[in-house]
Amino acid sequence: MSVRKPLPRWADLILIPALNLTLAFLVSGLVVLIIGESPLEAVQILLFGAFGYGEGLGYTLHFATNFVFAGLAFSIASHAGQFNIGAEGQAYIAGLGAILVALFLDQTHWLIVMPLAMLAAGALGGFWGFVPGYLAAKRGSHVVITTIMFNFIAASIMVYLLNNVLKEPSNMAPESASVVNAGKMPQLREFWDFFGFAPVNVMLFVAIAALIFTYILLWRTELGYKIRTLGKNPDAAHYAGISNSAIVMISMTIAGAMAAMIALNEVLGVQNRLVLDFVFGYGFVGIAVGLMGRNHPIGIALAAILFGALYQGGQELAFMMPAVTREMIVVIQALVILFTGAMEGLFRGPLETIFGLIEFSKNSDAETEKDQHKDSKE
Amino acid sequence: MEFFNSSIFMLDSSIRLTVPLLLACLAGLYSERAGIFDIGLEGKMLAGAFAAATVAALSGSALYGLMAGIGVSIIMSLIHGVASITFRGNQIISGVAINFLAAGLTTLLGQTWFRQGGRTPQLSGDARFTGIELPYAAELADVPIIGGIYSELLSGHNILVYVAFAAVPITYYVLFHTRFGLRLRASGENPKAVDTAGVNVNFMRFKAVIITGVLCGIAGAYLSTAQSAGFGNNMTAGKGFIALAALIFAKWMPIRALFATLLFGFLDALQIRLQGVELPMIGEVPVQLIQALPYVLTVILLAGFIGKAVGPKAGGIPYVKER
Repeated sequence: MSVRKPLPRWADLILIPALNLTLAFLVSGLVVLIIGESPLEAVQILLFGAFGYGEGLGYTLHFATNFVFAGLAFSIASHAGQFNIGAEGQAYIAGLGAILVALFLDQTHWLIVMPLAMLAAGALGGFWGFVPGYLAAKRGSHVVITTIMFNFIAASIMVYLLNNVLKEPSNMAPESASVVNAGKMPQLREFWDFFGFAPVNVMLFVAIAALIFTYILLWRTELGYKIRTLGKNPDAAHYAGISNSAIVMISMTIAGAMAAMIALNEVLGVQNRLVLDFVFGYGFVGIAVGLMGRNHPIGIALAAILFGALYQGGQELAFMMPAVTREMIVVIQALVILFTGAMEGLFRGPLETIFGLIEFSKNSDAETEKDQHKDSKE
Repeated sequence: MEFFNSSIFMLDSSIRLTVPLLLACLAGLYSERAGIFDIGLEGKMLAGAFAAATVAALSGSALYGLMAGIGVSIIMSLIHGVASITFRGNQIISGVAINFLAAGLTTLLGQTWFRQGGRTPQLSGDARFTGIELPYAAELADVPIIGGIYSELLSGHNILVYVAFAAVPITYYVLFHTRFGLRLRASGENPKAVDTAGVNVNFMRFKAVIITGVLCGIAGAYLSTAQSAGFGNNMTAGKGFIALAALIFAKWMPIRALFATLLFGFLDALQIRLQGVELPMIGEVPVQLIQALPYVLTVILLAGFIGKAVGPKAGGIPYVKER
């Protein structure tokens, strides 16, 4: 008989990601060894840099904020069965909405700027998600390819706008004018100097709200039910009377709007102006965050903190161990994506066999006991 | 005559810019025709470029560099293969991982080994692929029209350029006129039929993925040891994705791949040429517009507004043998 059975839920949700992550870190340690540094020392520096003191923790949370949005942008689309790797471009183009609103309303109050900037950024980012969604739903384009292309198109548009339209005549660098007053997102350090110079700001709370929003949306509303049904089985969704194309477009739009929030955190939270490439790959990290977090808000929150810690700790590491440059983080990220995402099946097979054997021996134990019981009765 | 000369010059530079796109595009063609999506072309090219430049710098031989580039690119391909064929993982995710892995490792190792901010040492002499003069190129140079075409456009390129263009008819022949090609294409269209015929689908797909690695390796070596004299950070700069766009544009056909990459190569040359140039009537053309054109065209084509691009039917789906 075949001993393979589906894994118990806890093994699927915790054991497999933990094993894959461990493997990714072990291979990363190997890379550190090859470079000629001590992996254990590196881990120590990384952990202290990320959590050991207020400013480090502040940076970790700041990066984690970006990764929550990026992770949600990937996951929401993923629940609808769409592979959104366009968070990078969606966030980039959204920066335009954020900075224009902030510059225009710079002399008002941040409570006015923030919702309007979120709206403007969300509209642009959402649009940048909607179009690939529309093309996929109505014209049968492949979302992966379209979102890749849209990342590049967004980059070209932004380079053009920053060089030719938004650039101040007095400024040589391709960047917009700066916001100085209400356009800046309030920094947590203004209320609590524990965070030193770290740019963690009110968007952190928006990220937490976004996680809760996503949970409610996906698991407590009709729309969420439709999204998940479509992702699980498009034919069943269609048969149940759900408009698959509408759900694809809606979920891609929400995903784009989520990615757009990165723009507020970076443009109005750190740079205070629109600069080239401010998204800095955060959108791509969202893929890793979503995969590791199993597309669930709690998982995404944990994965975002992990990657936030890697980014902040990695900067510290590059400073303390010059041989380990910032790119080490990119390597770790790649290995995490590879092992938790693409090679997810690596441990699944053996584990299924092991669990199956345990189950099998338990059952046979019980059966022999039963038999013995029968025997004694007779 | 001056117009003719400058056109020849433009076409010449288009050809040089087309080569890495063409090689990467054909690389993707083998993989995707066998049913394995590959958005990791960029990463494989980058890793290949780094390995080629590193070995060429250390050994002083461009040929050894090329072999190293191909070798490393094949290793990356095999990672993709193991993840997506053996473990039936998601091919897109695996491709994303390959791209990151290459971007991170090349800079990290480059900095560790050479301490030049991720660059490899400047290559010179035999460590680079240099131009080959075709016979009588110098003698024919002064002949009007033909001389220009022959000695400027066709002659004087390095061996990898000729390899790239030769790969087009070879690919066409292999894919459409050999048993191997038929099986490869069938693995991407109807793997069950291949299996029924007694051919191992997964092994077939591995072969395709390895060919992809070889071609990406050559493309990378071209970038770092022929076009430039050394490796620089992220030197592929999105070429792998343009090649992917070209592949869709070419509707997964080898001959069309040649024209698609020539078009995109020409656009690249045009964009370089037009930087800061005022055209009569139009004024300055924003170079970003031309840069974005390959991507825009691909989106439009994929959406079926001009023709329709439909990929291999079983693309992206791991093959599970029935028990």
